Amino acid sequence: MSEGFKGMDVVSIRDFSREQIEHVLKLAEKMVPIAKGDERSILLEGKILGSLFFEPSTRTRLSFNAAMTRLGGRTLGFDALQGSSVSKGETLADTVRMVDSYSDVIVLRHTQEGAARLAAHFADKPIINAGDGAGQHPTQTMLDLFTIRKAKKKIEGNHVVVVGDLKYGRTVHSLSEALAMFGAELTFVAPPTLQMPKEHLRRIESMGLKPKITGDLEQAVKDADVLYVTRIQKERFPDPAEYQKVEGAYRIDLNLLKDAKDDLIIMHPLPRIGEIDPSVDSTDHAMYFEQAFNGVPVRMALLALVLGASR
Amino acid sequence: MKEFKVTPIRNGTVIDHITVGMALKVLRIIGVKEDVSSTVSVLIHVPSKKQGWKDIVKIEDRELDPKELDRIALISPDATINIIRDYNVAEKFIVAVPGSVKGIMKCSNPGCITNKSEPVEPEFVVESKKPITLRCVYCDRVTTDIAENII
Repeated sequence: MSEGFKGMDVVSIRDFSREQIEHVLKLAEKMVPIAKGDERSILLEGKILGSLFFEPSTRTRLSFNAAMTRLGGRTLGFDALQGSSVSKGETLADTVRMVDSYSDVIVLRHTQEGAARLAAHFADKPIINAGDGAGQHPTQTMLDLFTIRKAKKKIEGNHVVVVGDLKYGRTVHSLSEALAMFGAELTFVAPPTLQMPKEHLRRIESMGLKPKITGDLEQAVKDADVLYVTRIQKERFPDPAEYQKVEGAYRIDLNLLKDAKDDLIIMHPLPRIGEIDPSVDSTDHAMYFEQAFNGVPVRMALLALVLGASR
Repeated sequence: MKEFKVTPIRNGTVIDHITVGMALKVLRIIGVKEDVSSTVSVLIHVPSKKQGWKDIVKIEDRELDPKELDRIALISPDATINIIRDYNVAEKFIVAVPGSVKGIMKCSNPGCITNKSEPVEPEFVVESKKPITLRCVYCDRVTTDIAENII
């Protein structure tokens, strides 16, 4: 299996088969004690991660950094355009070619869709997409799958209710397709203007699934095993008036959860801006901080696999 | 009804069975502009046994290359190409929709990296031939609006 991963670019979740994703999740499980600092590892000693963040990120950038460091490797790169050649107008292709010669693997977050595919075109070393505009964010999808699998023992058969910005939210597009591939039952809750784009619905339906589309969160939550909440992202709206109309449309609080299943888990890719009331944090439903931690073992597994250090 | 609306050409290319309404876009695709040096005849809305109605373009003294033909297939998949030499049809073939398309149209997604000043040619995979649907290799945006995005 590692033969297939070594040197592989991680651009889109669609590049992975179900079997490959399961392999990553299993390896990530073994990485947990190292990610927590309970065990030490020098698996990636001497390896360098080139970390190129053209757009702000806290969790993704820090968790890649933590993942590389926990496995004995080093990270170089930038997280602000000021002071880099990019601010002088350098093309992404040139930046990537340069960093390709300084590192063993490149993690890229960019504002433009398709940036990671372009980077993969110019780099010899593996490219890991850490989010390209409103496009793909495959490692987020993998850590979400990991979180569901860990909490529920399996992904298949769970009823996952996805709520929030389903139109612009990049995490929900890749996640929904992956959940469909794993045979989860899906319900999409959003205001009509922010519902799941037809293109993604068609793709999900082509996998033999018929997701429910609704605006009624209260009803959907009663029957949910997983509630996946996303932020309505102001920065993705072309028109501020459209944002104001839907801002705060759904809020998860204890009242909403009174009829929920006891073992319902609530996930959120974070940051949250008022979508989940802080009173929910202390309930057993809250899984979002553990989810954020899970980014570390999942990214450790991916780094180890694409660098050919793990089987 | 067997009268010639446009006289036969001696040498050049006749593009027949163009999807009705697409003739002017075909001209754009094959780069026929004001500076063209030979006669170009355009017939719009011509009766056709096969299609009901069709468009026809005749270009004198010019034979199209395969890259140009691929472009025509994208907006008019049933078009036929007749290469005329000394009043005779020397070659005749139907344009073929390619499996992938590179460098002849831009991505319809303004946020796509290929619409910035990067040194790459836009590239698409043909997802469906009827209707022609292209997916950007870079940003995954799917488009059926081909004619609008031809470079």
